[in-house]
Amino acid sequence: MSLETRDVVWAAGGAPIIDGITISIPRGGFTGLLGPNGCGKSTLLRLLAGLLRPGEGAVLLDRRRLSELPRREIARRLAVVAQEVSTDVDMTVADVVMLGRIPHRTRPALMGRDDSLDIREAENALARCDLAGWGGRHWSTLSGGERQRVNIARALAQGPTELLLDEPTNHLDIHHQIDLLRMLAAVPTTVVAALHDLNLAAQYCDHLLLLEAGRVVASGSPAQVLTEQWIERVYRVRATVDTDSDGRPHLRYGPLSDAASS
Amino acid sequence: MTSHAPPRVAGHVGPEPPVAVSRDRRRRGALSAAGAGLILLPLSVAFAVTLGAAGLSIGEVFQTIAVHLGLPLTPLPALEDAIVWELRLPRVLLAALVGGGLAVCGAVLQALTRNPLADPYLLGISSGASTGAVAVLILGLGSGAAAALTAGAFTGSLMAFCCVLALIGVTLGGSIRVVLAGVAVSQLFSALTSLIVIWAGDAQSTRGVTFWLLGSLASASWTGAALCAAATGIGLAVCWSASPALDAFAFGREAAASLGVSPARTQLVLFVVTALSTATLVAASGAIGFVGLVVPHAVRFLVGSRHRVLLPACALYGAIFLLWADTAARTLFSPREIPVGVLTALIGVPAFAVIMRGRSAGS
Repeated sequence: MSLETRDVVWAAGGAPIIDGITISIPRGGFTGLLGPNGCGKSTLLRLLAGLLRPGEGAVLLDRRRLSELPRREIARRLAVVAQEVSTDVDMTVADVVMLGRIPHRTRPALMGRDDSLDIREAENALARCDLAGWGGRHWSTLSGGERQRVNIARALAQGPTELLLDEPTNHLDIHHQIDLLRMLAAVPTTVVAALHDLNLAAQYCDHLLLLEAGRVVASGSPAQVLTEQWIERVYRVRATVDTDSDGRPHLRYGPLSDAASS
Repeated sequence: MTSHAPPRVAGHVGPEPPVAVSRDRRRRGALSAAGAGLILLPLSVAFAVTLGAAGLSIGEVFQTIAVHLGLPLTPLPALEDAIVWELRLPRVLLAALVGGGLAVCGAVLQALTRNPLADPYLLGISSGASTGAVAVLILGLGSGAAAALTAGAFTGSLMAFCCVLALIGVTLGGSIRVVLAGVAVSQLFSALTSLIVIWAGDAQSTRGVTFWLLGSLASASWTGAALCAAATGIGLAVCWSASPALDAFAFGREAAASLGVSPARTQLVLFVVTALSTATLVAASGAIGFVGLVVPHAVRFLVGSRHRVLLPACALYGAIFLLWADTAARTLFSPREIPVGVLTALIGVPAFAVIMRGRSAGS
């Protein structure tokens, strides 16, 4: 367990957004963060990334409090892919991916530094996101899905041991969604991703956390979490759960039941 | 504006040849564009000194400089020597230093606030300077000597900047907050200036205000040039060493934080450094407009947006730009002189249009 939280509470304007969460993220696994809109998925990811400080409790990285680690050290371990990224700066794809190398730069070596290692890491990251040869393209000319992939390549170039992604499949067509999830499932890095598509989460994640109103209500393997009861309670839809040949749940959604929607 | 990229599938190579990060043509082009500025700047300085009512050759200019540096050469006649050494050289150097410094400060503030309209006067520096200068004129501090005016302008700038910081708060915060605080404080100090001028109501203070609003390099001296050299040099050095942090701001404060940069600390340090530099430059030359706003954009078109290359290139091209704008200001309609702030826009807008058009045709 490299990344853990202990009784984390985070409130905005008196209302708790995260209301006492204690979780352990399995090392090297692909953990899916599920839950309806506004349940606290994004806030939990930002707490895990050290971008927000918990009001109570602690986030631990290798048993050390995240709030006590220097920001640069955190950035060498944790890479974040935010949900919406935008810039007015005219950058090339190479410029954006090279941002991921910033935490690895040492201050005195700023000048005349041989950055061939940084460039190699950036090229590897681009290749892993199916973007080899895109270095000279301009960010402003890319589609939403292409920007998302470049942003993920930037995160990989950071060389993280844990990769945190907020709805990374947004803007992607189904081909690229599956490509991305397969890549996330295959990387040796610990991956935590907030996801909306329950079937894709069932197919690719090793471990799921189901959130409701700032609390984790269910956690475990996809088969343990994606049950008809939990889905009806948390998402207020009726679902029929089948099991695939490889033992993973597969969901079909039915009409809203009157009893569950109240 | 740009050609539409063809749809791609995995493994398919489009008409555009693949570009590896290391062989990105633009990255190399950026370095040669910055290098060209390094050659252009000293040539511009030497050539600009020869221009003016008294015709001088480049040879005579170098001869004078050599004599003053202590080389055993025969000096020019006293009048020519004074024109080169006391009038033109300090003025040309001051123009270059002010232009370079303003362009660097503009580029840094545009990056920090993610606002393309940011310029070095965003944090209230220029309106504070005119308030300070006018207050010195009216209150008669230092009997209106140039040094007292400069000190008054500098003090006014820093007071305005402190007001901006107080409004933003210690934790700083998003770009909108910074921009609004800057606008509010600028308005306050402009109002104070108007109040003082109307209250005093004499021609001298009105002239003073005009000088600080439009800017002028006519009162250049070696002292002013030395102070501005320090302001521009230190400003460039500090900002340049923060290049990776400035790059990290491209996607906002939170993205910068996730790249290991402390957004609040970076903003505070760079706000203070750019404010001190700008205040020094404005105290020497008034609030010359346009350079700090448009030169960074033009240079970004030429060398890209990586600050490691962008900031030195801004210093070089800002220097070259203001040097020529001021040379035009003092020679075009000689013996009458045009305020340099008027010429920066008259020359700058067409130059910017050419760069912008060339750029969209090329990409």
